[in-house]
Amino acid sequence: MSAPPVSGAQLAEVALTRAEYDLATRRLGRVPTPVELGVIGAMWSEHCGYKTSKPLLLRLPTAGLRVLQGPGENAGAVDIGDGLACVFKIESHNHPSAIEPYQGAATGVGGILRDVFTMGARPVALLDSLRFGPFEEPTQRHLLEGVVAGIGGYGNCIGVPTVGGEVYFDASYRHNCLVNAMCVGIIEQSKLTRAAAAGPGNLVLLVGADTGRDGIHGATFASVELNEASSERRPAVQVGNPFLEKCLMEVCVALAGDPRIVAMQDLGAAGLTSSSAELAHRGGCGIEMDVSRVSRRERGMTPYEVMLSESQERMLLVVRPEDAASVQGEFDRWDLHSDVIGSVTDTRRLVVADAGEVVCDLPLGLLIDEVPLRHPQAHRPAGQDAALAADPLSMAAPWPMGETLLRLLRSPNVGSRRPIFRRYDHQVGDDTVVLPGGDAALLRVRGTGGAIALTTDGNARYAALDPRRGAAIAVCEAARNVVAVGAAPVGVTNCLNFGNPEKPEVFWQLAEAVEGMREACLALAVPVVSGNVSLYNDTEGVSIDPTVVIGMVGHLEDLERRCAAGFARDGDAVLLVGPVGMDLGGSEYQRLAHGVNAGPRPTLDLDLERRVQAAVLEMIDTGLLASCHDLAEGGLAVAVAESCILGGRGAALTERLFSLAAPVVQAGLLFGESQSRFLASTRPAQVAAVRAIAERHQVEVRELGTTGGDRVVVANVFDLALSEVTRAYTEALVSGESGP
Amino acid sequence: MRFGIAVFPGTWSDRDCARAVEVLGHRSVPLWHRDRDLGGVDCVILPGGFSYGDHLRTGAVARFAPLMESVQEFAASGGLVWGICNGFQILCEAHLLPGALTRNVSLEFRCETAWLRVETVETPFTRACDPGAVLAIPVSHGEGRYVADAPTLDRLEAERRVAFRYVARDGLPVGDASPNGSLRDIAGIVSDGRNVLGMMPHPERAAEALLGSEDGMQLFRSVVEAVAERSAFVAAP
Repeated sequence: MSAPPVSGAQLAEVALTRAEYDLATRRLGRVPTPVELGVIGAMWSEHCGYKTSKPLLLRLPTAGLRVLQGPGENAGAVDIGDGLACVFKIESHNHPSAIEPYQGAATGVGGILRDVFTMGARPVALLDSLRFGPFEEPTQRHLLEGVVAGIGGYGNCIGVPTVGGEVYFDASYRHNCLVNAMCVGIIEQSKLTRAAAAGPGNLVLLVGADTGRDGIHGATFASVELNEASSERRPAVQVGNPFLEKCLMEVCVALAGDPRIVAMQDLGAAGLTSSSAELAHRGGCGIEMDVSRVSRRERGMTPYEVMLSESQERMLLVVRPEDAASVQGEFDRWDLHSDVIGSVTDTRRLVVADAGEVVCDLPLGLLIDEVPLRHPQAHRPAGQDAALAADPLSMAAPWPMGETLLRLLRSPNVGSRRPIFRRYDHQVGDDTVVLPGGDAALLRVRGTGGAIALTTDGNARYAALDPRRGAAIAVCEAARNVVAVGAAPVGVTNCLNFGNPEKPEVFWQLAEAVEGMREACLALAVPVVSGNVSLYNDTEGVSIDPTVVIGMVGHLEDLERRCAAGFARDGDAVLLVGPVGMDLGGSEYQRLAHGVNAGPRPTLDLDLERRVQAAVLEMIDTGLLASCHDLAEGGLAVAVAESCILGGRGAALTERLFSLAAPVVQAGLLFGESQSRFLASTRPAQVAAVRAIAERHQVEVRELGTTGGDRVVVANVFDLALSEVTRAYTEALVSGESGP
Repeated sequence: MRFGIAVFPGTWSDRDCARAVEVLGHRSVPLWHRDRDLGGVDCVILPGGFSYGDHLRTGAVARFAPLMESVQEFAASGGLVWGICNGFQILCEAHLLPGALTRNVSLEFRCETAWLRVETVETPFTRACDPGAVLAIPVSHGEGRYVADAPTLDRLEAERRVAFRYVARDGLPVGDASPNGSLRDIAGIVSDGRNVLGMMPHPERAAEALLGSEDGMQLFRSVVEAVAERSAFVAAP
């Protein structure tokens, strides 16, 4: 094993700096072979090695009474009672989707599904958090179309319902769309399968798809900026086969808890390289493999290509030699191919041979524990303070309030997502109790009487003004979605989508955002159990806005104690739970009316947030609320309109506060995005009981008006037909135009 | 009674169908695509999914599964065979039902509640329904547009073999709101022996009020009634 000195081009291909290369050479005591160079590059990439984000991520709170598995495994797991675990994770597939939207999104879904069923859990739900450039631009709609088709193409075929998600459009994502996919599974706790190899002499099985040249360097590709030549990296995008994955999933779920399975690990970024290294490293073992035993779909593949291929739908299993034949038989039944490609050792080394000739022999510690961490400079961007100093209330309201509401409802960031979610099977599995379109999806947990609530959220406009506050709001907003259906937040998974962290401004954003997440998770007592980081979302040097996507799981013990967002009856009192506010900085109104993102970001009092959520949970749990909806983009007026549309009935707000104010203040009250608020409805006779709960939590409740009729009214401000309001909302993602 | 639920690689409504049968208080057994034994079941369900990954065409490969040989014989001898979604596509490919299912006119996958009018109660699958009743039953497919030549469609109508038609919520013609653009708004048809039903919508997803509708149970109940009477139908070998 000897190799010539490495060229700059070779280093660029594996995304290693010269200094990192020298470090590897020093630690190794020799020059790495070409295969070893590829392995080191992949394992030390941001995607696999988290070399920039690791020190920051350690700040996140990961412990909790319900946590069964925190970060470090394929997915996190929380206890949802009755001996069951909820397994979940969110992951990005941004770079591939920007280049090849259909396959990029499809394989994003495939990858996150594998992370969950690798742990033995049957996937029960998918969610997708998407970001594109302006909806009005045909290129962006083309990307949206491809991504939605890809998500549907994979999820619909495999038979796991896509129950929720979100999509925002903003110029910041024009050249870097974001595709974050979340998967949630359920399993008996005793059957949770880990990915830690054990037992030297045990065999390593590679199962599923044959290995091809697709996706080589996917991990390193995801760890560099995009540029004009990026479309030439299409070979770095993988191709998905949901049918194969469906078969693989059925066998893996059936094998969960089977004593014949020592460990199971899916192949994701950096393929065989990272899966084998992590499997062995977690178990404190070593692993040796012979790539000549790997079934190929192409001739002439080199060991380097086999080790770095990101061909989809593959799994590694560790089994005892005496069980290998019977385990292979389980896969044969589903026409899935399996090869014994190596065995577990006690050397703590990753040894790869090609027909007996060793081509790679590296200590696992070097690949995983000794990833050279980068500690970039952090600098608050120069323009940050100027943006914050703007006064949104000094910008005159351009339209009457009624027209403003219609424009907001027609905004692609606010209007109905039905044109998207009706292209996803959101019901297969027969457990979806609250369908997409409300605050959080609610899925029954069979045999328990309980349910899980699922959501993703992440407003990047607030984060652009203040990453710390924006990240904290993303956590709170996701928790509010879950609370609005009556569930208690129990766990977080997150995807940090940022620009190039080597830029001090971006690293500052990242560091601030992690602190914001930490503060909010601690305040609400929800641990982070899994997550993913997607950096280098830049094109031609321009970074996306910092985008923290929070996936949240809530638990509802008694399904009967749930709540929905639509007004349920005529004659109910409409209530605002939480403070009256008029935060227009970073609001959707501001984008629409003034085309800017400026001013103080919404205030956030984490203690108030906690109390409001606790009060609302208690109101729902005691059966007092007929509807509950959280206030988000578009503020109070949009929430009222949505509760009317979802409930199929109007409402009249008679609260005098709105009509007495000056127009810009009216806009602030109606469309401001102040935090920690819910819109609820209840029988008039129960208002006192609602107030009593609120008072105990020191939370404001204000009676705004009454449900019923076929108009949406704010007395002396606007009076719109519900049909007109509904039409505006429904057309938002249909017309391709944002103005009326 | 016992339902047999076919499982091809890629089938995904098998568990939902089993659940609906369980809600009704009956039993079901899975029927593996490679087996030929139908295990003496009273009704075979070919459930929804993407059998064999929709390779070639939807249902085109499943038709050749060993299990389907037994299903063909079972149907020929008067046994009850119920194809749902992909199952309907398989039945058409297997020529147990006429016509074909093509890409939705929207060219998009559609998952939403559809409204079906019961066009005939003279089938073992609809006998417990009220004539003309409108049922809320979800659809979930990309290729559910029923097509056949005009003489075939005329014959289906004349022989009262159109079991369900897509309608608006109020029972009026569905028009542009059709989930797939099926000819004559056809959502389901029966064979000339009336013992084979193919339908695109998913009655098993309308089995519990909790999930939005229990209208689909009328169909499962019909089958149970029909089997109890054993009038014209036989059990599988």
